[in-house]
Amino acid sequence: MNRIAAAFAKPHAALAAFLTAGDGDTAANLDALVAGGADIIELGMPFTDPMADGPAIQQANLRSLAKGTSTTDILEIVRAFRARHPDIALVLMGYANPMAVRGGAWFADACAKAGVDGVICVDLPPEEDGELGPALRERGIALIRLATPTSDAGRLPTILAGSSGFIYYVAVAGITGLQQASSDSIESAMARLKAVTDIPIVVGFGIRTPQQAAAAARVADGVAVGTAIVEIIGKYGNDAAEPLRLFTAELAQAMRAKQEDMIG
Amino acid sequence: MTSAPPASPNSFRNQPDSAGHFGPYGGRYVAETLMPLILDLEAEYRAAQADPAFDAEFRRLLRDYVGRPSPLWHAERLSNHLGGAKIYLKREDLNHTGAHKINNCIGQILLAKRMGKKRVIAETGAGQHGVATATVAALFGLPCTIFMGAVDVARQQPNVFRMKLLGAEVVAVEAGAKTLKDAMNEALRHWVAHVHDTFYIIGTVAGPHPYPQLVRDFQSVIGTEAREQFLAAEGRLPDALIAPVGGGSNAIGLFHPFLDDADVAIIGVEAAGEGLDKRHAASIAGGRPGILHGNKTYLLQDDDGQIAEAHSISAGLDYPGIGPEHAWLNDIGRAQYVSVTDDEALNAFQLLTRLEGIIPALESAHAIAATMRIAPEMGPDKCIIVNLSGRGDKDIFSVADALGVAI
Repeated sequence: MNRIAAAFAKPHAALAAFLTAGDGDTAANLDALVAGGADIIELGMPFTDPMADGPAIQQANLRSLAKGTSTTDILEIVRAFRARHPDIALVLMGYANPMAVRGGAWFADACAKAGVDGVICVDLPPEEDGELGPALRERGIALIRLATPTSDAGRLPTILAGSSGFIYYVAVAGITGLQQASSDSIESAMARLKAVTDIPIVVGFGIRTPQQAAAAARVADGVAVGTAIVEIIGKYGNDAAEPLRLFTAELAQAMRAKQEDMIG
Repeated sequence: MTSAPPASPNSFRNQPDSAGHFGPYGGRYVAETLMPLILDLEAEYRAAQADPAFDAEFRRLLRDYVGRPSPLWHAERLSNHLGGAKIYLKREDLNHTGAHKINNCIGQILLAKRMGKKRVIAETGAGQHGVATATVAALFGLPCTIFMGAVDVARQQPNVFRMKLLGAEVVAVEAGAKTLKDAMNEALRHWVAHVHDTFYIIGTVAGPHPYPQLVRDFQSVIGTEAREQFLAAEGRLPDALIAPVGGGSNAIGLFHPFLDDADVAIIGVEAAGEGLDKRHAASIAGGRPGILHGNKTYLLQDDDGQIAEAHSISAGLDYPGIGPEHAWLNDIGRAQYVSVTDDEALNAFQLLTRLEGIIPALESAHAIAATMRIAPEMGPDKCIIVNLSGRGDKDIFSVADALGVAI
């Protein structure tokens, strides 16, 4: 079983934890996320123009780039993580230009060598799949597409064709970190998606508290938290590891407790 | 009307393809949230193109509100001074709001109305597109929000006040370098969160398909008129067209109806800023292909695909990309792209003002500067049409500052 599938084979919903590569002490922060109970790491590739992100992740992108973080540095972060955590799934999340600038084949090779399990490219809809999709699939790396509140029944089959790993359900029509997702809307979206696919669904955008994570975990296969984590890094700088571990543990506990309640 | 002949199967005017690609450029690189909306927009645009009532309303507004056709002026004193080709100026500066931008805004607000959208948003750099958008929003009674970098808000106060007078809300964008690129990022962020009721009026031939195509089509009135006016004046086609290129909407508007006229040379002028080896905004001369703001095109970027800040004395050219159709026309060799520095543009600004009594926008001054190089190389039997894309009243403060004059 590959690492992404293994993350969804656990008895609880998977916790996908996001941080921006190169923002703070990334290796220590990643270890803290794993220690706290993250099942999937979403490692953000910083970009000068993060059009889908709210102020917190924009700032994280700028902090990382200001330190000179390069694509080579990011791949090295992944390679070192893979050596320390051979079983934890890691996906790169970012924008098309830094991923495609040297060509899809180059990027897919680099991902495969470093130990990346999947790629989420925010501004690469199925219509532009050719940019990265074929090269990633050829090397067994999941191309994780996004579905949103605007993805109606006519649109979903287009998104699902060629998707693998999981579907990232963007819970709010908006950018990261600003709005809060309502559990009712998440629940009806899950029903809509589950009716047409068996690929696991991870809910993200607008989930920041253990309570929200627990609520989403009741209906989804996984829950992604980003802005709340990035804000901790913004606040604690190079000393963010321990606060991150505590916060991640709170999220994981809340998600698992609810799940066990349901079973009991 | 004597417009360009119908496009043949091998026409340069058949782009983009059905997926919005101009050769390898263009496309739809947007967040999934926006995809249903831009697919709707494309379908609605196709329907509008086939609707004679839409065209009639567009023409009526261009004629009676914008003041079209704009004149084609034979700049005799400039031609004599340069001592070469005969120079004609397409006077887009005489349009309502003072530039070509209004042509596109009229077309897009008609689409917004057709789609039942309740409000419009736009990005702006110097404020020209913001003013044009606020103007049509006032005319159609729609609420309007303009995103403008905080640095541009500070240095373009008269346009900020104009937009507010017209009833628009102006949002000062504090992200990034606080200029046009960041304003566009913020407009896209806002759009994603308000897709259900909001129409985004993009100001240039960039962004996701179908924007580069529809903006071009609305701006093509420039070239269609110029072709007819030139034929009437000279009984033949011009030898060259010259236009400034930031995103490139005025340029493609002039060029497009002439693309299949093989004997007409087509020259776009990029902003070389302080020089191509220093800070500049020349995406073709100094950039390479990449993906930004919904399309693939030439961009100023580093090896890792991080976007560089552009620089030009002309705020309207101060953008690190160029419309995807220009990228394609460059690669296939149908158009040629040259560049002009801030200093050359400043000289051209003063020369045209003194010789013709026309104060050009700094954007347009770039095309005049290129003409100063090109016209003397051509014989007096040759003719050039230069797109005078806007008037320079907005720029007198920047020019005074550059010339060290206190006003």
